[in-house]
Amino acid sequence: MKLELRNITKRFGTLTANDNISLTLEPGEIHSLLGENGAGKSTLMNVLYGLLQPDEGQILIDDQPVNFNGPGDAMAAGIGMVHQHFMLIPVFTVAENVVLGNEPTSKIGGLDLDKARELVKEISDRFGFEIDPDAKIQDLPVGAQQRVEIIKSLARNAKILVLDEPTAVLTPQETDELMEIMRGLAKSGTSIIFITHKLREVQQVSNRITVIRQGKVVASPLPKSSASELASLMVGREVDLNVTRKPVKVGAETLVVKDLTVLDDRQHQMVDGVSFTVRDGEVLAIAGVQGNGQTELAEAILGLRKIHSGSIEVAGRDLTKSTVREVLEAGLGYIPEDRKKDGLVGDFTIAENLMLDGSFGAPFAKGFQIDFAARDRIADELIEEFDIRTPSATTLAKQLSGGNQQKVVVARELSRELKVLVASQPTRGVDVGSIEFIHEQIIAARDAGKTVVIISTELDEVLALADRIAVMYRGKIVGIVDSKTTREKLGKMMAGIAA
Amino acid sequence: MSKIEVTPGMFSKLESKPTLKTPITLLLSALVVIAFFGFLGKPGDVSFVWSDKREAIQLPAFTVNSMLFCTVVGVVLLLIAAFSIYRSVHAKKTPVWLIAIFGFGVMMALLGWLATGAVQGVQMIFILSNTLVLAIPLILGGMAGVMSERVGVVNIAIEGQLLTGAFVSAVVGTMTGNLYVGMVAAMVAAGVLSMVLASLAIKYLVEQIIIGVLLNVLVIGITNFLHSAWLDNDSSHLNYPGTFDKIALPLLSDIPVLGQVLFNNRITVYLMFIIVPVLWFILFRTKLGLRARAVGEHPLAADTVGINVAKTRFWWVTLGGMVAGLGGAALTIGNVGSFGREMSAGQGFIALAVVILGRWQPIYVTLAALLFGFTIILRVWANQVSPGIPVDFITMVPYLVTLVAVAGFAGKVRPPAASGQPYIKG
Repeated sequence: MKLELRNITKRFGTLTANDNISLTLEPGEIHSLLGENGAGKSTLMNVLYGLLQPDEGQILIDDQPVNFNGPGDAMAAGIGMVHQHFMLIPVFTVAENVVLGNEPTSKIGGLDLDKARELVKEISDRFGFEIDPDAKIQDLPVGAQQRVEIIKSLARNAKILVLDEPTAVLTPQETDELMEIMRGLAKSGTSIIFITHKLREVQQVSNRITVIRQGKVVASPLPKSSASELASLMVGREVDLNVTRKPVKVGAETLVVKDLTVLDDRQHQMVDGVSFTVRDGEVLAIAGVQGNGQTELAEAILGLRKIHSGSIEVAGRDLTKSTVREVLEAGLGYIPEDRKKDGLVGDFTIAENLMLDGSFGAPFAKGFQIDFAARDRIADELIEEFDIRTPSATTLAKQLSGGNQQKVVVARELSRELKVLVASQPTRGVDVGSIEFIHEQIIAARDAGKTVVIISTELDEVLALADRIAVMYRGKIVGIVDSKTTREKLGKMMAGIAA
Repeated sequence: MSKIEVTPGMFSKLESKPTLKTPITLLLSALVVIAFFGFLGKPGDVSFVWSDKREAIQLPAFTVNSMLFCTVVGVVLLLIAAFSIYRSVHAKKTPVWLIAIFGFGVMMALLGWLATGAVQGVQMIFILSNTLVLAIPLILGGMAGVMSERVGVVNIAIEGQLLTGAFVSAVVGTMTGNLYVGMVAAMVAAGVLSMVLASLAIKYLVEQIIIGVLLNVLVIGITNFLHSAWLDNDSSHLNYPGTFDKIALPLLSDIPVLGQVLFNNRITVYLMFIIVPVLWFILFRTKLGLRARAVGEHPLAADTVGINVAKTRFWWVTLGGMVAGLGGAALTIGNVGSFGREMSAGQGFIALAVVILGRWQPIYVTLAALLFGFTIILRVWANQVSPGIPVDFITMVPYLVTLVAVAGFAGKVRPPAASGQPYIKG
């Protein structure tokens, strides 16, 4: 089946998310759609999947124009989509999820789950997925859930599969497996649109590449293009992906975490006897696939989560049982992994967000009263210093782009007197320009003799920033290694194989 | 290719310390039974009457010394408690069925203690059949709750739906002289009320709790007004429907005890017998149910596989309202025989609690509703056999039993994930 998107334009108010985009997909082809966060890739795919209607342009299948009013139409036409956030129902079994909306029924009208199981088994065996049809989704690892999503599409006879940022949640090994699966699918005649911002993956599997920037197709480079060529096409200028760092001049052991155990509400040890020490002037990166206890670790250090056993010390002071305010006052800065949820108040202005943790006293407050003049002055200074691109300090935080929102958080945290900076996913969903800037700021903090912990699931980021790397797996630290460790070895550690 | 997989669910679990909550509650309950109903109980005999005089097969009444009976029951309860302690020490849970048996034992001891010396004894058929009849509005209201919450709409308006059903069935039943017409009218009226809830909640995204509360207040106001301004003027022509005739099912109704309790009832009870299992079957064994549950758990996921979320929610809530309307009819033409002001008396809210207690599952919800039905009849009956005892205190006992039972349930109660959340198509 051949798919063609012809001159698609989609506007949201004054913003043109897709500007006259055209692309074609031949049968059995893997076509990568490369672009930064916010470039318009997801909008284009939602248009293709019938979730959005294009303002202009046409979708053609086998040269016939089609019109999708909803996902049902797109599916009926043979288009399957694996969303970035899986569309699976956690309490249902694999078989139930696969047949949902398209259920086989027995003679008396009951649900024929045996047929559903067979279907799952058949597809699963054909591509070597190893999925148990009766497993509940909530008990499956993320990689397996993704394969269930693929089975779901194939069960509906999808001839075209759209994979939206499929590797974000996978270990390097799982990513390799997915690449293998994609090649297998393509060989069997399924065409794939692969949406990503990761250059290495694009180089590995693509038959064809389309680069989108600010809603426009900017280039169709060859699959053998180098990473830096692809990066500069994606960003629109030369990008230096390497952060320059001075050699480490380490000082005192400022952050000491000893045998830390943190439980979730079902008594799972999300952080399981973790110990590490970070010195002044050094960056410890905590690597690992999402969901291995990193979030809980960061929240425990800040005092947001109850510590079951073990201890946390900052500059010799025991903070194990401290409140968040005490931890902040002890000199800890914290960049949360989800800025919209935990880092900012979207409906507050930038100036207000910049003083969120400073409402207790100077310089922002005098007694019970906010010092508005000081607030505005500091806001203007920080906007300047941290290159926050905004019309004014009174703009609401939610109106900023992801990168600028993150700069607000970084500015707030780094503008205090810090001893330790804990940054969780500091550049998730941020444009490349902002990534470079934030990385420079983190390294500057380290060079100024601060103790820095970054938690990141992006191996590139870990390798760019870390002096030492601790890899977390199922709540435990698999090992702490130096920054010259190979990608391959780190990948194995992320899968729980100790060095 | 070796598969190495990572999931939050695969973190090692901390060995949980055995909780003694359940066994200690059981132990204390058993001791209370032995002490207060046994040793400090009432001297004299109690008889458990198992047969109605009209029945073909008569079972002999079981007469026993009250203190002895309660002590023996108490000792059995003590053994169960001991077993439960033994299991807890070995970090095992007490099985739910055992807790159920325990609860039944406590009830029997309570009944025996109350009826000591009473001439009529413990009339099991009277108690059980009234439990069933009084539970019908709760069960059907509960089904309405299950049907709407399973698709993700919180239905606080069950109270209003019951009251609507009660009012309309009485009035239409009287005016047409046909109770079946009254019953159907009740279902339609409550269904229409549900459509208001459904369309405001689904289409206009109004906060569901607020609409529910407003509908309740509205229905109370309207029915009160119509009752005093209209029905009271000529109640024999407007509010005197009477009740359905009891239908004794041939053969089945001759079974000792159960026959009289289950198979000699009004149509409303039999409809409940049909609705509950059918709803269970549809929810868990058909594609309709699978889709409904998907909508209630993860509407976006349901939408992406082509299920119409708004339509699914609308019809499930509406049909649920019709079932609640039938429950309202059971209050009037299924039991009392006329409409009284605010006669639903908070049963719609109890139905909400029953839905949670029954974990959004029709069969469990029915059992939970029966427990509440039992407390209603217990209040009436205790006053008859044992005048002067603090009835309010006695009616507390079944709730205490419920608490123990709920504590004994393994795991957490988890509502449908999208319950109460509007689905906004983006």
